[in-house]
Amino acid sequence: MIEFIFNNKEIKTAVPAGVTLLDFIREDQRLKGTKIGCREGDCGACTVLIGSLKNGQVSYQSITSCIAPLGNVRGKHVVTIEGINLPKELTVVQQAMTNNYATQCGFCTPGFVVSMTGYALEDKASTLNSCNDAISGNICRCTGYKSIEKAGFEIEEKLTEKDDSDHIKWLIDQGFVPNYFESIPERLKTLASSITDVPKNNEKSVLVANGTDLYVRHADTLAEQKIHLVTHNSDLNGIDISNSICTIGANTTVTDLIEHKEFRSVFPKLDDFLKLVSSEQIRNMGTLAGNFVNASPIGDMSIFFLALNSVLTIQNDQGTERTIPFQDFHQDYKKYDLQQNEIVRSISFNILKNSEKYNFEKVCKRTHLDIASVNTAIRISVENTHIKSAYIGMGGVAAIPKCLSKTSTYLIGKKVNSQTVKEAAVILQSEISPISDVRGTADYKRLLAQQLFYAHFIALFPLNVKLQNMMT
Amino acid sequence: MKTMQNIDSFTHVRGESLFVDDISIRQDTLFGLVFDSPKAHGIIKNVDYSKAEKLEGVVKIFTFKDVPGENQIGGILPDEPLWAEKEVHFWGQPIAFIVAETESIAKKARQLIEIEIEELPVITTAKEAKSKGSFINAPRTFNLGDTKEAFDNCDYIFEGETFSNGQEHLYLETQGCYAIPQENGSIKLISSTQGPTAVQKITARVLGVAMHKIEVDVIRLGGGFGGKEDQATPWAVMTAVAVQHLNRPVKYILNRHDDLRMTGKRHPYSSFFKIGLNKELKIVAFEAEFLQNAGAAADLSPAIAERTLFHATNSYFVPNVKTSVYSCKTNLPPNTAFRGFGGPQGMFVIESAIAAAADNLGIDRKYIQEVNLLDENDEFSYGQIATQVEARNTWFSAKEKFELEKIEKEVASFNKTNEHFKKGVSLMPIAFGISFTNTAMNHARALVHIYQDGSVGVSTGAVEMGQSVNTKMLQVAQEILGISAGKVKLETTNTTRVANTSPSAASSTADLNGKAVKLACEKLLERLVNVAANILQEEESVISICNDLIYVADKKSSLSWEELISQAMLERVALSENAHYATPVIHFDKTIEKGHPFAYHVYGTAITITTVDCIRGVYEIDAVKIVHDFGKSMNIGIDLGQVEGALAQGIGWMTMEEISYDSNGRLLSNALSTYKVPDIFSAPKTIDTIPLETAGNGMAILKSKAVGEPPLMYGIGTYFAIQNAVKSFNKDYKLKFHAPFTPEKVLMALYEK
Repeated sequence: MIEFIFNNKEIKTAVPAGVTLLDFIREDQRLKGTKIGCREGDCGACTVLIGSLKNGQVSYQSITSCIAPLGNVRGKHVVTIEGINLPKELTVVQQAMTNNYATQCGFCTPGFVVSMTGYALEDKASTLNSCNDAISGNICRCTGYKSIEKAGFEIEEKLTEKDDSDHIKWLIDQGFVPNYFESIPERLKTLASSITDVPKNNEKSVLVANGTDLYVRHADTLAEQKIHLVTHNSDLNGIDISNSICTIGANTTVTDLIEHKEFRSVFPKLDDFLKLVSSEQIRNMGTLAGNFVNASPIGDMSIFFLALNSVLTIQNDQGTERTIPFQDFHQDYKKYDLQQNEIVRSISFNILKNSEKYNFEKVCKRTHLDIASVNTAIRISVENTHIKSAYIGMGGVAAIPKCLSKTSTYLIGKKVNSQTVKEAAVILQSEISPISDVRGTADYKRLLAQQLFYAHFIALFPLNVKLQNMMT
Repeated sequence: MKTMQNIDSFTHVRGESLFVDDISIRQDTLFGLVFDSPKAHGIIKNVDYSKAEKLEGVVKIFTFKDVPGENQIGGILPDEPLWAEKEVHFWGQPIAFIVAETESIAKKARQLIEIEIEELPVITTAKEAKSKGSFINAPRTFNLGDTKEAFDNCDYIFEGETFSNGQEHLYLETQGCYAIPQENGSIKLISSTQGPTAVQKITARVLGVAMHKIEVDVIRLGGGFGGKEDQATPWAVMTAVAVQHLNRPVKYILNRHDDLRMTGKRHPYSSFFKIGLNKELKIVAFEAEFLQNAGAAADLSPAIAERTLFHATNSYFVPNVKTSVYSCKTNLPPNTAFRGFGGPQGMFVIESAIAAAADNLGIDRKYIQEVNLLDENDEFSYGQIATQVEARNTWFSAKEKFELEKIEKEVASFNKTNEHFKKGVSLMPIAFGISFTNTAMNHARALVHIYQDGSVGVSTGAVEMGQSVNTKMLQVAQEILGISAGKVKLETTNTTRVANTSPSAASSTADLNGKAVKLACEKLLERLVNVAANILQEEESVISICNDLIYVADKKSSLSWEELISQAMLERVALSENAHYATPVIHFDKTIEKGHPFAYHVYGTAITITTVDCIRGVYEIDAVKIVHDFGKSMNIGIDLGQVEGALAQGIGWMTMEEISYDSNGRLLSNALSTYKVPDIFSAPKTIDTIPLETAGNGMAILKSKAVGEPPLMYGIGTYFAIQNAVKSFNKDYKLKFHAPFTPEKVLMALYEK
């Protein structure tokens, strides 16, 4: 049985854990405000909010319910558009959408309203900079977005008055959410104490974290299979930084990274990098290990950690651990070093020293919520104008997330200048073997690989490396 | 200016608006799923359904053999079977329809069907089709003046080639229908269609029953954009065939992948142009040959091809024109209507020709554009004389109101000082003809009931799909009857209330249906004024109704709307009215390709500013600044939303939306992960739209011009703004006209030598 709070109602359901939350909402609960647009997390029409207890408070995140296994909402508060509606009036978000003519055909609208309400529910620690960030995973085909953006401005302005001492109460008083939200923290606590039957792993079950990859491809079969949700395994959570080593649990989501204060301090431009990764909804779900074992040659997080010269910790069902360099994990297209009885436990890397710099680049057809044509990251240290060490990861240029070791080796000991970078780019071309596909021709990816390689140096060493000098 | 929010706003934002997939279904409902061709062209040697049929829960698998009437769904030409018989002509062509107790059983059954196809050669491009003589119908040619002679007198002549790719509609709500058996073999279809009558007519044809047996009801669409004008039909017909056999309700909502794979898109065009100018930069002659990639069946392609010719000279006057279009038959899904209906493809070519000329002459495009803009009484290549022309008006207003010179100076100085980023500016004027180009389709009806409590119900043939046509219909009824908005309700679009309708398309829905609503309300008003005059003992001429009250010579009387209606009931006055409207004046003779096909034209000019990241090849659209001719907008809030939404679609078509088929005719951009439409971050940073002040046009409803399609073509400006930015970075760049201008093409252009 899966127990959770669904809008304003305690639920205990025997629906299989592998059924999508979307189908549970529309088919079992017969609530039709949550729409089916694409069933692959790419349009946001099915967005719902998931509230989890954190330090006695409930923290809400938006997710796309089409690729979320029902089992993952155990012990959570699930909020659909119906759970946001006030009895008679419109909420502040709904009114702002209406005021600004931000709804045309109305099909995507509930998803936008839910995402924007999620923005309002974010607490002070949130790293969402704007309402636009909150709707980065919502597609509208009618409005051209400007009216929705205006509605967002109206909401942002209203939220500047927010009373942070008891923000849920303030939101209720102002008409953002219905009254019952006030009772949720207590009800979730009661629920937590009553949940006893957290499922154990069964050998025949499929391992699923938050499902953002598996459910895009196999939602139909997963609905009927036994699945084991690794998200219930709290050993796989957490970000630890100690003794200059950062260790990150396999279940960590991209949002967890963005919101982690210490992690942020390691990467001053973290927001810029990670907001190129998918959308708010997917960042709230997608786990690091999921991205690694998906083994896409253009996995953003694989590239991110490849350049950090990371080490992967793998654990078998006996609890025995082994560690391997992350660059050895991916072996060939969609092949990786993980046995049937093993799971990825964590990834770790040495914190950047003062002499070290890091940069992440990604280009795709659409800047946000898209899969890269080429993505790349670099970790580089320079002492006395000479390159001391360099690690470069690049995606979309080989069968696996590629570690550019030859290029890195070439750079070591060289002076940081345009000449060095230009010469290294020649080595880079010998190391990569992109293919033509829907993300671009091989020729394009080669040029783009060079340009993004240049971009690293132009971003990190603007005084030493100039685009014009590399073009001649 | 008048404005009113979409009357569906309240339920939309609360998730309470009903779409086909949301309505409560009967307990005995079955679920359908199409089995479609896994090859683009071939002979069906064998299909083995036996394993699928044996699966528990599969009720029946329908094929062409189960069609009691005609297995034919073609609208313009009878060339498209509902289910393939002996041959398949595109990847995704429906072959069978599985009906099962649940959707999940139907999906499993589909995987158990085995098919053997003997493959035949596949054509995916219009050029190849032309070279092989594969056409849908005969080519069309429009002529004005004599281009051959005119080219001899030109100072400059430039020739070139262009390509504009297709575009997926990506309505957020996929195609679908719910069919429910009624008495005596009648069937009710709740369909997500822009053309209820098309669904009714084709269903009756396939089922071999009279049209009155088929009732089509449309609540609303989660977006259409042309994609549900003709191509909502097959799914509805299939569910109806199943209902006819099984006498149980059948529901079929396409999943996104099936929808993307099986439905047609905006037509890709390969085109050739020849443009001749004199020293004053006047375009003296223009020739173009358009190769339209129609796909495997006619669908609406011939009509779309025709509109390409109507808009081949955009908003310019060219005295000598010769344009030809070929609807090329290929092995892609039949391409179909998409906002603009061939017009955008035509305009892209002449804008490219102007760009080629300007580049060769070393001047900005705008100098050529400006001196060739349409003037009053200029003749279009199809013989219509332009009147109430606003081309120059919008152009010069845009330049002045948005301070074009200042923008250009800022861009020039930005480009001078920036190494990594370059900006580009472009102007894009538009002139778009309003009316169905098939004159016979320009009619509509409205049925207005005044109930005895004074509330009003309005039915029309207009389908609500986000364009807020129902809101506009309500405004018309409210204004003519003089009552408050709360008294008027818009009913669903239903073939039993309003019959023989034209589809909601061609930007004309509000004009045609609005005029019918107006006529119906005027007749009701006339009768009510007569009743009021009797009650108040006044002359009819001094009676009016406003804000639910009856006025005598502009003074409030004691008589209220409700009292008036009660009295009218007692006097047995008819409180229902059905009115018919047919657009006057318009005509077109296809035998000579001349006439007056459009009620009027919509004009406008957009200034687009883009910034290209010259390291990475990506770009942003800084601003689009528009002066648009709304006529006298009856709802400026709604109309501005139409401009912004259409613009975003046009920009998507010109930038990131890239349809891709492999040489076997398999769709590669077959999911939202591989087909990208604009998101909030790729929309222009600002969109400024200034309504041009005019007296409005009497042919438009309440003088408020059609607004659905024209602004899409402002998006074409983005292509040329990006091109200008690329030019300022790479002097060696040779202009190409190959849309969309994806980041890939931009990067390759920035670094080509």
